[in-house]
Amino acid sequence: MSNRPELLAPPEIFYDDSEARKYTSSSRIIDIQARLSERALELLALPVDGIPRLLLDIGCGSGLSGETLTENGHQWIGLDISQSMLNIASEREVEGDLLLGDMGQGLALRPGIIDGAISISAVQWLCNADKSSHEPRLRLKAFFGSLYRCLARGARAVFQVYPENIAQRELILRSAMHAGFAGGVVMDYPHSTKSRKEYLVLTCGPPSISTSVPRGKGEYGESCSEDESSEENQMVCISDRNRPKKKQKISRKGKGREWIFKKKEQLRRKGNAVPPDTRYTGRKRKARF
Amino acid sequence: MRLFTHNMLSSNIKGVANGFPLRIEAEQVLEKQVDFNPDFLRNLFPKLEWKALVDGARALGYAELPEAADSSMLESEEFLRKFHHALLELHLEEGALTCPETGRKFPVNKGIPNMLLHEDEETSLQLPGSLGSQMLVRITGKQ
Repeated sequence: MSNRPELLAPPEIFYDDSEARKYTSSSRIIDIQARLSERALELLALPVDGIPRLLLDIGCGSGLSGETLTENGHQWIGLDISQSMLNIASEREVEGDLLLGDMGQGLALRPGIIDGAISISAVQWLCNADKSSHEPRLRLKAFFGSLYRCLARGARAVFQVYPENIAQRELILRSAMHAGFAGGVVMDYPHSTKSRKEYLVLTCGPPSISTSVPRGKGEYGESCSEDESSEENQMVCISDRNRPKKKQKISRKGKGREWIFKKKEQLRRKGNAVPPDTRYTGRKRKARF
Repeated sequence: MRLFTHNMLSSNIKGVANGFPLRIEAEQVLEKQVDFNPDFLRNLFPKLEWKALVDGARALGYAELPEAADSSMLESEEFLRKFHHALLELHLEEGALTCPETGRKFPVNKGIPNMLLHEDEETSLQLPGSLGSQMLVRITGKQ
């Protein structure tokens, strides 16, 4: 990720009509958001009794995450600050009710009624001061305070976040703890910079066995392949000190001719202009080349 | 916006003690069919404010709900159907929600209520001793 959107503009300006449409029509983003929402829903640990629950989707955007909630049979209320994103959500006729609002102003909901809350890729926006009147710490406090109030006893909140750095993650966690939440961070695939995803799992009410933080995926030495086409896990072996095995074996003598041919073929497939393969490709050069 | 959301919404303007329920002013109401799920209704019933639901339904043009309801009525299919219709199938498309204490209107456009607070209504800006503005003065004051 070269540039974080949070550093470019406030969310209601960054996600204008064209950006909102681009975001929602990208199949890659749809796929990622669906997977993140499924995992967040899993971490919510709602009782499996077939009864639909009332959930909150914070930073619902164009409804990509909300659709996962609907697919699992739940009723949801979505909150977002960008009118453009919400317009797209209405266009797509999502099943949940949408609210235009700012989570940093506090959630305008009655106490004790929400069975669970998820937020996909949204809470990190709170850490930036987008207006001169904003003080992120207060906004986080208003958000977590109001969230704690409106959640039912024993309910959970799961936030998939992209914190900019450790300080931001600490800030978010601390604000949550101050509001009365218990819980922690679940990190999936901690060893892969590409696949690593973190979920803040918060619980309302006294800690118990059911509120202990679940293990993240990838902590048992499971590796995730860096293959672009699939994300299937390979059970490698022992401890998580092992670096995930890449499908391509890098020969100890550096990258040979075979590797160069493979790479050029890959680039050709992508459509780049690649010089043709000749007998000079990858030939041994003088030592002081 | 449907009545099940309206039943959860409260006004969070600074200084408001009881912002629930928001009064509904309906300009355009739509009806959309939703699958009937009695388990969901039974589960949600204890959390709802029944009076707010009845008033809200009336504001949207549906007056079939009984004034008072208790959990024994949840056994009756007929009651559940009316409950389902009022709660999940009536959509407020255009109109406004009014805070009961301050009278401030939250407009509803295309079914989406605009709950954004103006700066003077936000509680999250209240720093003890309004440090924010003091800090600005201090920075510009020191030459």
